[in-house]
Amino acid sequence: MLHELTLSALTANLAAGKVSAREAMQACLDRIDAVDDRVNAFISLDRDDALGQADAADAALAKGDTHADKPLLGVPISLKDLFCAKGQPVNCSSRILGDFRSPYDGTVVRKLRDAGAVLFGRVNMDEFAMGSSTENSAFGHSHNPWDLERVPGGSSGGSAAAVAAQECFASIGTDTGGSLRQPAALCGCVGLKPTYGRVSRYGVVAFASSLDQVGPMARDVRDSAVLLGAIAGQDPLDSTSVPVEVSDYTAVLGGDLKGVKLGLPTEYLTDGIDPEVRAAFDAAVKQCEVLGAEIHEVNMPHTEYGVATYYIVATAEASANLARFDGIRYGERVEGDDPFSLYCKTRGRGFGEEVKRRIILGTYVLSSGYYDAYYLRAQKVRTLIKRDFEQAFETVDVLITPTMPIPAFKAGEKTDDPLQMYLSDIFTISCNLAGTCGISLPCGFTSEPKLPIGLQLLGKPFGESKLLQIAHAYEQATPWHNERAAL
Amino acid sequence: MEYEAVIGLETHCQLKTKSKMFCGCANEFGAEPNTNVCPVCLGLPGVLPVPNERALQLTALTGYLLNCEVPGFAKFDRKNYFYPDVCKDYQITQFDFPSTTTGHVDFEFGGGIERVRITRAHLEEDVGKNSHFDQHSGVDFNRAGVPLLEIVSEPDLGSADMAYEYLNALKDILIYGGISDCDMEKGMVRCDVNISVRPKGNEELGVKVEIKNMNTFSGVRRAINYEVPRQIETIECGGTLVQETRRWDDVAGITESMRTKEHAHDYRYFPEPDLMPLKPDNAWLAEVRSQMVELPLVRKQRFVNDYGITAQDADVFVGNVPLGGFFEQAVEGSDNPKAIANWVINNLQAHLTEAETSVGDLKFAPEAIRELVEIIDEGTISSKGAQEVFAELFEHGGSPKSIVDAKGLAQVSDSVELQKWCQDAIDANPGPVDDVRNGKENAINFLKGQVMKSSRGKANPQLVGETLVKLIKG
Amino acid sequence: MAENDFDIRYAANLARIALSPEEEAKFGIQLGDILGYVKKLEELDVDGIEPMAHAVPLANVLRVDEVRPSLPRETALANAPKQANGLFIVPKIVE
Repeated sequence: MLHELTLSALTANLAAGKVSAREAMQACLDRIDAVDDRVNAFISLDRDDALGQADAADAALAKGDTHADKPLLGVPISLKDLFCAKGQPVNCSSRILGDFRSPYDGTVVRKLRDAGAVLFGRVNMDEFAMGSSTENSAFGHSHNPWDLERVPGGSSGGSAAAVAAQECFASIGTDTGGSLRQPAALCGCVGLKPTYGRVSRYGVVAFASSLDQVGPMARDVRDSAVLLGAIAGQDPLDSTSVPVEVSDYTAVLGGDLKGVKLGLPTEYLTDGIDPEVRAAFDAAVKQCEVLGAEIHEVNMPHTEYGVATYYIVATAEASANLARFDGIRYGERVEGDDPFSLYCKTRGRGFGEEVKRRIILGTYVLSSGYYDAYYLRAQKVRTLIKRDFEQAFETVDVLITPTMPIPAFKAGEKTDDPLQMYLSDIFTISCNLAGTCGISLPCGFTSEPKLPIGLQLLGKPFGESKLLQIAHAYEQATPWHNERAAL
Repeated sequence: MEYEAVIGLETHCQLKTKSKMFCGCANEFGAEPNTNVCPVCLGLPGVLPVPNERALQLTALTGYLLNCEVPGFAKFDRKNYFYPDVCKDYQITQFDFPSTTTGHVDFEFGGGIERVRITRAHLEEDVGKNSHFDQHSGVDFNRAGVPLLEIVSEPDLGSADMAYEYLNALKDILIYGGISDCDMEKGMVRCDVNISVRPKGNEELGVKVEIKNMNTFSGVRRAINYEVPRQIETIECGGTLVQETRRWDDVAGITESMRTKEHAHDYRYFPEPDLMPLKPDNAWLAEVRSQMVELPLVRKQRFVNDYGITAQDADVFVGNVPLGGFFEQAVEGSDNPKAIANWVINNLQAHLTEAETSVGDLKFAPEAIRELVEIIDEGTISSKGAQEVFAELFEHGGSPKSIVDAKGLAQVSDSVELQKWCQDAIDANPGPVDDVRNGKENAINFLKGQVMKSSRGKANPQLVGETLVKLIKG
Repeated sequence: MAENDFDIRYAANLARIALSPEEEAKFGIQLGDILGYVKKLEELDVDGIEPMAHAVPLANVLRVDEVRPSLPRETALANAPKQANGLFIVPKIVE
């Protein structure tokens, strides 16, 4: 079936004229019709526009455009609901943006268009990317295609669910504390969080500016490499994007792991890991050894402070980033007698619980008398966490860890205890604090029910090629990426 | 008891850039509301700021002009507060590491030179503009994001007049340096005042009151002149002053307490994560320093000291920089700068105004004025002749000497010719000649006039006098 | 770091978020827990450690002072909940 193809297989077929972009797009739409009432990955969909873009891609192919120049020509890709595209809505799965439509294109959207992608559909997420389960959405929960009672992870849960349910060939999401890698792990996809500054954030609604990074959610490692190549690069509109050349990420794929040094951070392998997750992880490490990698134990002594640091830094930045949703220039407004009451009512009604909680927390840690104790201290601990990575990378090329200590949990299981929800991010968070790159890919399944387990690789800053090379070698030596959720 | 006022000023001025601070919208006054706006300065979701390099250069240049330090590290911070004209509900500013620190401004006041210390001059973005109607208010974001320099003074000012003169001096410096047009009517300069009073001689500062909403420098002066007695009176009547913000009502001429907001301000400053720090290197700073200009006061003092011209004339050359530059070129190598200053100010400036042209478009070089003064001093031409030479110079250019030759304007100093004219006058006027002989020295002037007449003004008046005396008295 | 003095009303007010009494009670407890947890950071000696504001060590990222096109006014105002005469309309601001 067409919708089952990987992105790379699809482009090969498109290039060979075996399928049209319209057929590919139609296959996604048909699949959405067949499964999305159960998965609820998509929150909006403009079918005519999608097919129109596909026709334009077909015309470009007919005219002689190639995938060498436009690597995503004719490929249907969905976007997390926080990318600004001209004339399109963007809601961040929140009520507060109302019927806002962006008057401008963000850089990633422009780059994807330039690469020929058919951008269709906005997929669900935790409101303003705050959450680990896609349960914090004004547009309903999304469901894990492997077990509909379970969460797809978050915040890019809609992206992971849509890719796992084969409703699109790939999706673009963001990762602030694990928001691509964690849902990728829970849904059996490949989620790549590039180095901070690798991909432009211009046109991406901000959660935590110093942590947010855009990345692909894909079916396999090669697809991830293709997508990263299309969206990466310095952007004059984003002062935090870094002028490091974008290499051909697919060029390094293939081969074994001879001479590769993998670091096993002892602090990550605690008692709290689910036994099946631990077994799958241990097997994955063995597999890497078989492929030629050397395994070294490394110490990351500040790992246990990651979650606390993260929830101060991220919420502080968010409290300012989300101030602009005030009902004055756009979005929903609840009238008030004066601006003050308008603000309070608009924001009280427009934001969901988790967003309110985090804005209040972030406001508090920056407030007079508390800044030094919370925010400044957290920024210093962040330095220590980054140093852990720098020291580890003096001896190893890449770190290898589980992505999540547990497989997908049931909807509602953790919603009443935000702290427990936060603690489940422990393996993914430090990577964002350090600003380096990470990837999650499938490394097995639990037995009953059958749920995906994720393997995380963390690389040096701008070491995406190495990361992808190792991930690809492991993936190709194992069967996991071929497994599909039975819907 | 005698009291003294302690006054500090926070002066905001818009920088003279083409585009806004963090986006490419025009930095332009007077456009239709909400036409100079884009996603960035409207604070739409997803946008990011990118700093304008020119604004940073102008900030550093201001630092140099105000004798500030320009540190090797500065950064931007977010100042969080909700207000309809603040598009992101935070303002990007510089909190603990501003681009310039610790400087001073010297200015003339009360017959001497006063110095006010500058705490810092930091860069931030301007906010939008609110208009108020009966039932609601409206916001125009054209001004939002315009680069704004906040210049904070130490509380070194002792009176309203001193504050007024400081502001004028500051304004002159900013205009001089091309930093800002400082057009008050366009809101390019705004000012907040911090005032406290204390018994004279006390070290301890009194309760600080901030006053906002002055739109002119004279408004600042009036507000201080209202506020200082108010504070003194409050203390003397046994009342207590509270630290507060008061609003100047320009029509009523009073300050009034601003309604206490729902909450005291808690701006929650933190480093702007969307903007990287600023580390100006030597090459960049050298480039900024190359744009340095001489400060108005320094220029004035130099003109007075180096050229010996009057303070009044020096003021003209401070106020009109190109004219001053012309003067400086003209005066090079001259031993009579005062006369040159006179010619430049009294004649050249008048001609320029009348012809509606500028120094840059003159048909003659500055050296021509020096030459003109030289030939006057040598006695080659009369002052009347000099006027004629200047008129010709202004009209057609050339050199004064050649004009004198061409027009035959040179005074006759040849003794044979002079003796003939003088003898003719003596022969024709025996009466006055007798008067001279009898000691009526004034009569010589009559004879001199006769000689000038018969020579048609060409005779050198000084030599004529000497020759007449010699001939009459033997 | 005394989380016990956490004043949810103060913080919510500063954040301009109206909370229902139920939310206030619930968030108060949850955020108290979280603040208790982040006290963990006090275990570390951070004296002399540089605070980290950015994930990458860039500096002096600037743009040239050039004017770029602004939005047409209709577009700028298109998302406004209320607008009139080219202005964004808000409840009366009392200064």
